[in-house]
Amino acid sequence: MSAVADTHAQDDHHHGPAKGFSRWLLTTNHKDIGSMYLIFSFAMFLLGGTMAMVIRAELFQPGLQIVEPEFFNQMTTMHGLIMVFGAVMPAFVGLANWMIPLMVGAPDMALPRMNNWSFWLLPCAFLILVSTLFMEGGAPNFGWTFYAPLSTTYGPPSTTFFIFAVHIMGVSSIMGAINVIATILNMRAPGMTLMKMPLFVWTWLITAFLLIAVMPVLAGVVTMMLMDINFGTSFFDASGGGDPVLFQHVFWFFGHPEVYIMILPAFGAVSHIIPAFSRKPLFGYASMVYAVGAIALLSFVVWAHHMFTVGIPIAGQLFFMYATMLIAVPTGVKVFNWVATMFRGALTFEAPMLFAVAFVILFTIGGFSGLMLAIAPADFQYHDTYFVVAHFHYVLVPGAIFGIFASAYFWLPKWTGHMYDETLGKTHFWLSFIGMNLAFFPMHFLGLAGMPRRIPDYALQFADFNMVSSIGAFMFGASQILFLVIVVKCVKGGEKASAQPWDGAEGLEWTVPSPAPYHTFATPPEVK
Amino acid sequence: MAENQTYYVPEQSKWPIVATVGLGVTLYGAAAIMVNGQQGESTTGSWVMFLIGSLIMAYMLFGWFGTVIKESRSGLYSPQMDRSFRWGMSWFIFSEVMFFAAFFGALFYTRMFAVPWLGGEGDRGSSNILWEGFQATWPLINNPDPDAYPAPEGIIGPWGLPLINTILLVTSSFTVTVAHHALKEDNRKKVKLWLSATIALALIFVFVQGYEYAHAYQDLNLTLQSGIYGSTFFMLTGFHGAHVILGTLMLTIMLIRIHKGHFTGDYHFGFEASAWYWHFVDVVWLGLFVFVYVL
Repeated sequence: MSAVADTHAQDDHHHGPAKGFSRWLLTTNHKDIGSMYLIFSFAMFLLGGTMAMVIRAELFQPGLQIVEPEFFNQMTTMHGLIMVFGAVMPAFVGLANWMIPLMVGAPDMALPRMNNWSFWLLPCAFLILVSTLFMEGGAPNFGWTFYAPLSTTYGPPSTTFFIFAVHIMGVSSIMGAINVIATILNMRAPGMTLMKMPLFVWTWLITAFLLIAVMPVLAGVVTMMLMDINFGTSFFDASGGGDPVLFQHVFWFFGHPEVYIMILPAFGAVSHIIPAFSRKPLFGYASMVYAVGAIALLSFVVWAHHMFTVGIPIAGQLFFMYATMLIAVPTGVKVFNWVATMFRGALTFEAPMLFAVAFVILFTIGGFSGLMLAIAPADFQYHDTYFVVAHFHYVLVPGAIFGIFASAYFWLPKWTGHMYDETLGKTHFWLSFIGMNLAFFPMHFLGLAGMPRRIPDYALQFADFNMVSSIGAFMFGASQILFLVIVVKCVKGGEKASAQPWDGAEGLEWTVPSPAPYHTFATPPEVK
Repeated sequence: MAENQTYYVPEQSKWPIVATVGLGVTLYGAAAIMVNGQQGESTTGSWVMFLIGSLIMAYMLFGWFGTVIKESRSGLYSPQMDRSFRWGMSWFIFSEVMFFAAFFGALFYTRMFAVPWLGGEGDRGSSNILWEGFQATWPLINNPDPDAYPAPEGIIGPWGLPLINTILLVTSSFTVTVAHHALKEDNRKKVKLWLSATIALALIFVFVQGYEYAHAYQDLNLTLQSGIYGSTFFMLTGFHGAHVILGTLMLTIMLIRIHKGHFTGDYHFGFEASAWYWHFVDVVWLGLFVFVYVL
């Protein structure tokens, strides 16, 4: 190709985004793609949240008033799948896309076209997944963990479509993770050694490794399911020499690292926000990095703590119990370091900081219930009760979701060039905080009192706490509409944001104007 | 390679959205084939959908890789870009390793735990109550419920066709390495010879494997439905075979590019990536040979 074509291609870079709808279909720009991921994830959050509202409406009172049990099971299943794969994971990928190139001083992600493919595969996958609600036999109804043989022998016909949707999501995640690793390892500005990288970049590097390692295992387990359903294999059928417990082992080998995939980026973001609003550097940078590495490594050897009651040998139960309890150590290191960062800091509590501090406290509570669950003999009481539901909603809602909200408030000025409405932001926080605690704290008691999971109706002694929980859930759900209003208002206008609207914030991302120009760091900055 | 030291960020591209439509249509079609088939309904429409999706995918692969090749040959890629591709391919191969690890894990769990427990061994051995007279052996040629899963009449011994396949693949790893060295020395004739030899060996492997499958199905009654032995055997060797076919396709495209005059002695990542993939396929086969056939 001629030299003229070369320079023309370079010139086009600086003409800004294309006009019209096709801009979004054809873009290769990490900011565009990040925004699409974030918008998609919020839409999925509202969809999954609506399903939760159906669940809580049915559970508001004892009896079966609102939906059929079969449909209730579809709601619990789809709520889980959509929140995990459609809301939390894409939100973190959106944050990664926006912020990693800015934080490392790179012009874009390593493989920009593949980046766009990773995004567009998600609406495609979720179109297929949500369409199962309208298929004969209904949507998947066997819980988001889709254990065999409930999902194989007894699943609805739509299960096969569900499996292919999972395949598509997996392709998206694996390619995205490859892009993140290549970007972080290859495109840092000169002078940015690994131990000078911001924490959000570190946590995403490790998350990307986890994704590449375990998403293929998920692909393997759903493929075995597909074969059992459609081609007469017997992976999970003991009459052919297989084993339903094999499903659980392979699934949780993916499933446990998956929950760390859903929290590590939040750890990274909070490690930016707390120092910024304490106007103090993060306490113990190196130990924070090693702790994330230790958590990631350990996450591969604890999977059977989801399987204590299924009949694994005692030696296995002991090993997995000890390994699981061990993960509390590096996690504790992180919690202590966040608190130490705040100690004697010049603290202010704008919306990002409110969500970040709530994260530290409430995620820790979730961690405590996790420790209780880790104790194998005790887990025989807690397993498949609402105690488990309380645990994972505490680590996911004030954990992952609050981490995402905190990040959104923190970085919205950079993305849009406007400050969001601080009063509305604080209101969103308090409504979410109160709603969330009302919704999920009573679930600890419900579980301990013996209420099982995944049931549309319950014994009368569980009625009061269920009512409180439903009210909290409705409050939490309604508050998210406020968040939508805040974001739309901020995108459309508001007080102009400077390059660095948060005086305590550090990092390359705050050296570019707000809103960040379409192309940034065409030449990499020098990092001291 | 380029003089240009800035990192090339491509402008807008239609390939991602084409690929999305292609993959979505293909897999939706595949699902529809299976579901309609199971329910006894017509699968014609689904097959059409599957084929259209596959054609879109083929169009996308040609177009996207073609664009990348054009950009590379116009000198748009810096050494840093080259490193991005190397990282990308390496981590992709790692993800493929993990995919096979899931199936090897299933095989390991089945042989070490599930089948012995069904046969009455150990603490969990009480499950032998379900199927009396079940003997735990491997290869499992008597399933717990032979009505549901008719057992195979024989197994594939390792020292016949599988040994030939091992020799074919290991040799082909050598031949592709010789081809690579020849390419580094810019000896085009030698590259063509040794790369063609690699592809020939690969094609013979595929043919032998296909013959082995036909033998299994027709003579031994060893099928996917033969219980856990058949399930794990065909899943592992089947996915491996699919990856061999992919790898062969990649090598063939490299051969075509060599004939077209692409690549120089020190700039030929496409060839290297294909060679890495080929070595991966070879290593997986060695794992299969040991754990599926021999042991």
